[in-house]
Amino acid sequence: MARFLLKRLFSATLTLFAVSVLTFLMFFALPRDPVSSICSKNCNPERLERVRDDLGLNDPLISQYAGYMKGIVTGRDLGSAQGGRCDAPCLGWSYVTNEAVSDTIARVLPVTLSIVIPAAILWLLLGVGLGMVSALRRGTWLDRLAIGFSLTGASLQLYFVGAVLLLVFVYNLRLLPVPSYTSIFDNPAKWASGLVLAWVALAFLFSAIYARLSRAQMLETLSEDFVRTARAKGLAKPKVYGRHALRAAITPVVTIAGLDVGGALGGTVITETTFGIQGLGRTAVDAVRSGDLPTIMATVLIAAVFVVLANVLVDLLYATIDPRVRLR
Amino acid sequence: MSLSPVEGVALAEIESDPDASTPAAKGVVGRSPGQLAWLRLRRDRTAVVSGVLLVFFLLLGLAAPLIEMVYGIGPREQFQNLLDGFGMPLGYAGGVTGEHWFGLEPGLGRDIFIRLIYGLRTSLFIAFAAALITATIGVVLGALAGYLGGWLDAVINWITDLTLAMPFLIIALALTPTITLRFYGERGQVSSAFGVGVLIAVFAIFGWTSTARLVRGQVIALREREFVEAARASGAGLGHMLFRQLLPNIWAPILVSFSLAVPQFITSEAALSFIGVGLSDETPSFGRMIYRSLDFLQTDPAYVFFPGIMIFALVFAFNLFGDALRDALDPKSSR
Repeated sequence: MARFLLKRLFSATLTLFAVSVLTFLMFFALPRDPVSSICSKNCNPERLERVRDDLGLNDPLISQYAGYMKGIVTGRDLGSAQGGRCDAPCLGWSYVTNEAVSDTIARVLPVTLSIVIPAAILWLLLGVGLGMVSALRRGTWLDRLAIGFSLTGASLQLYFVGAVLLLVFVYNLRLLPVPSYTSIFDNPAKWASGLVLAWVALAFLFSAIYARLSRAQMLETLSEDFVRTARAKGLAKPKVYGRHALRAAITPVVTIAGLDVGGALGGTVITETTFGIQGLGRTAVDAVRSGDLPTIMATVLIAAVFVVLANVLVDLLYATIDPRVRLR
Repeated sequence: MSLSPVEGVALAEIESDPDASTPAAKGVVGRSPGQLAWLRLRRDRTAVVSGVLLVFFLLLGLAAPLIEMVYGIGPREQFQNLLDGFGMPLGYAGGVTGEHWFGLEPGLGRDIFIRLIYGLRTSLFIAFAAALITATIGVVLGALAGYLGGWLDAVINWITDLTLAMPFLIIALALTPTITLRFYGERGQVSSAFGVGVLIAVFAIFGWTSTARLVRGQVIALREREFVEAARASGAGLGHMLFRQLLPNIWAPILVSFSLAVPQFITSEAALSFIGVGLSDETPSFGRMIYRSLDFLQTDPAYVFFPGIMIFALVFAFNLFGDALRDALDPKSSR
């Protein structure tokens, strides 16, 4: 177990290292001069040169990368033009927002977390529940309803569903305020009412995929010998389905869920754009539009960290859920 | 002679026909797995309906210039005289009339129907091209990884993990302007064909992983079978092994994954143009239209429905057909 974890963490670190090198090369080394986008058309050459120096763009690429990485691990001094000392997870200084990038991230990350975590809980419960019920009641009207739901949901687009939800609940019925983010610690009711449409839209689309997947898995598991054995030795139905069959059927669902949740935590770009909420995804989009390289770099890295961590977590969960899996 | 199971012919129709009480009298008909799948597909009502719908969409996309001629309005024509002082279309449901079937865009006053037809054309072209390219890359890499194993397998697996770890939307968003800038410079007028090409390239870089995973798994399952061993023992080269022995046995799952990849690329293209990448506003696109319509949700709610329902119908038809295809190719599946 410990050895597996060590191995897995090592390969995860390697992946993250490669992602950081790739994004660094892609954005810092490509022809577009990062400085010209920072300062608009009428910028005198001296100032341009100074900014370039501040950013370290005149150093060789390797030392630029090393400096960036050192900043993340130990923090570094960025010079007075960039806010001076930048503490440990230092992601650089943005000339566009005139703020340390880590401060921007600290502000928008809770927003994305508040969107994704409740939505993920909703979509997993709804999706897996629906899939199980429709597998157990195969061929009934309930099953057909669930299939129709999952087929429709899997073909709908988030921005369209979001637009319709906005239209109905915000603009026509006026039941909900225009979506916005309030901290849960300040006002939980306002937090929920501002984000509930985003949760519903995400949960609807994702649970469709999960319902379909878990139904297929459940049907396959139900025909296996160990399920019949469990029934034959006299176990009650809920116990057989809930403990024996579900555990075996749910492993592929966990894999997909890991990827989805990890990916969503890195920024729900479409959701945030549709509902006009400023989270990690919107920040990334804005950064790309304004050519704000340090912020782009940071958002890409954070998104990658979430995906990689989610993958490790999924592998660990496997062993807990399915006793047949042994970690090596 | 090859021992590969595909080339042998399935001896009899597997499904029992209730009418034929004496099968011997009708004679045993030999049918290949492909013919069997085709028969099953034709008997499936969902498959037929969604298939017809897909052909209809394809024809609409292909015949876009023809439709423009008959309809008499181009995708870039503006009808400012039919908008009120605030730029809102006059009349009901966003200006629906006999002349403008789906109404007009608020602000610019372009005809929504013909823009949807051209949007369909762009969307289908990008999706099919991207699906073809990613399927090719995925099949080659997956088959190599699965068949050869060892360090090559490890490397390809790791590259797959790496690609999956990159946040696709953000990278695509950041990458497309950079690529465009490299080719056009600060002021160049970007042609719409170039924008389409960049989108396809971005999809090709990020989209091949699932096919590669699928093919790798299938090839590993086949690798130790007798017919593969037999071919290897008679000295077949790598190319023959991959493309003559292994691939013919796994074309069914590849076909299914291809048919399900097309709607995914349609969705991704719309998502990318929704957040404003790739295609300029000149090129009609579903995502761009929906993005613009969000600003008019309160004043012109009809505007969001036409592109929204169109893209739903398109993706829905593709998904239904892909599922039906899977059922037809794999009679064991109990979806």
